[in-house]
Amino acid sequence: MLVVENLRLALNGKPIINDLSLHVGKGEIHGILGENGTGKTTIAYLIMGANNYKPTAGRILFEGQDIANLSVSQRAKKGITLAWQEPARVEGLTVRDYLTLSGNHHKINQIERHLWMVGMEPGQYLDRDIDATLSGGERKRIELASVLAMRPKLAILDEPDSGIDIVALPLILNGIVEMNRQGSSVLLITHSERVAEIAHRVSILCAGTIIRTGIPSATSQWFKDNCMICPHINEPADEIK
Amino acid sequence: MIGYSVEKEYQGMIDAYEKAGGDKSALQSKDVAKLVIHENRVLSADSVKGLKIETKETKTGVNVNLLVEEGAKIPHPVHLCFGVLPKEGLQEIVFKVDAQNNSEVHVIAHCIFPSAVKVIHKMDADIEIGKNARFDYKETHYHGESGGIEVIPKARVKVGKGGVWQSTFALSQGLVGKLDYDFEVTCQEKAVAELIVKVYGRGSDDIKIWEKIYLNGAGARGLAKSRLVLGDKAKAEVRGETYGNAPYARGHVDCMELVNGTEAVARAIPIVSVTNGKAKVTHEAAIGSIDRKQIETLMARGLDEDEAVDVIVRGILR
Repeated sequence: MLVVENLRLALNGKPIINDLSLHVGKGEIHGILGENGTGKTTIAYLIMGANNYKPTAGRILFEGQDIANLSVSQRAKKGITLAWQEPARVEGLTVRDYLTLSGNHHKINQIERHLWMVGMEPGQYLDRDIDATLSGGERKRIELASVLAMRPKLAILDEPDSGIDIVALPLILNGIVEMNRQGSSVLLITHSERVAEIAHRVSILCAGTIIRTGIPSATSQWFKDNCMICPHINEPADEIK
Repeated sequence: MIGYSVEKEYQGMIDAYEKAGGDKSALQSKDVAKLVIHENRVLSADSVKGLKIETKETKTGVNVNLLVEEGAKIPHPVHLCFGVLPKEGLQEIVFKVDAQNNSEVHVIAHCIFPSAVKVIHKMDADIEIGKNARFDYKETHYHGESGGIEVIPKARVKVGKGGVWQSTFALSQGLVGKLDYDFEVTCQEKAVAELIVKVYGRGSDDIKIWEKIYLNGAGARGLAKSRLVLGDKAKAEVRGETYGNAPYARGHVDCMELVNGTEAVARAIPIVSVTNGKAKVTHEAAIGSIDRKQIETLMARGLDEDEAVDVIVRGILR
């Protein structure tokens, strides 16, 4: 479904993404595991076309078509969406309106179902604005509900667990699994091994490139054994290059 | 204007009111206090129990006295409809309000100028809110697309002990033209004032907003909030002033001006002043383009960029 080939991005002359290749299959939850500053969010932006990021080199193929020059809207209309790590707040836009436009004007009972799936009671949230009156965790869950409402072919979830309390985390993870059951492929960006467990495959990102891909248990263990104690700040050691 | 019979004028105002989104049935209900003024003519003025509306036509407008009697809780919103339907005209409204102690009322005003090419609409209001009284005032403007209108609303509001004044001024339909908004509220002990202004400026609109809140009583609270979106060559200046002059007074100035395009000009001048060591007044002002992340969030859900901007603008002005 998604094929990223030899992707490169340099910002102000500094390489951020370095010859990165990645493949997300249809129906797959693919985890990207990496420490802070390794380029996880940058990959999300490049695939979504957000933040004006355009690859310096390489290709991003979605269902066989190179999408690197498409706008965010065009990519969304092809079935790709992104849940931001720190979702935007929009004064005056209610949760109801946001989920309605995300779901291409779903009926209210469908919208309510998506809120329940992320552990939110619709009666308490539908008429609230998605503004600063919501906590970071509430905003994150609404962002996930909006992705559920959209039923995308590919959902890019950038650290869906950050800012989420331990009670809500299982709900979030269930929501992602349910999204996948409904037919969405998921690119799951995280630095949490627990979150990565729900993936079918996990890739480890270091210094803007994928250094290992495998099943979650083995890859997470490798991540724990190597990356978490690695003294090379965002610079892969020679032995793992 | 000459040539309009009273009946035709009334029908014209009702039609324009409805077209502008007003509730026509409210203007026809006997249970609802209402006032319809076209230019300097009073077309309808109805009081209800506990609320009296008195009017006097002048050469250039109408003097209006609105009395809310002590303890009266008016169950239905009061509807005011001011307008100038022809292309040219002058309307000067002198508005005196006496909301007596423990009264409560919600006033909805529609100001309609659909064809204005050379129209001036002035309102000079002198408003007294009694002890523990509550007065909610929402004024919505409906302008045409010529921009040939000058709107000059000025109000001096005094809020007694424990009283509440809440006002919203909204102008987002049609071109603003020239707007010179000047509201000043003085709050006594534990009184509350909330001034909200929402304006969408386009074309060559020239907008001046001046909100002043004096927190003179202990525990008084005030919020001066403005939301402006500017496009084309519109320019706006917002002055939000709050003065904390008594212990435990709390005030906040909150100004957001979004500039959509390269030729619009926005300025914000917040003034916060404290003359009592136990008072606290804060401010925040944000001026700039619409946040790219907000736009991209909506685009990532399938909206085109223009649609996303429209959703954001409508949200801010809602």
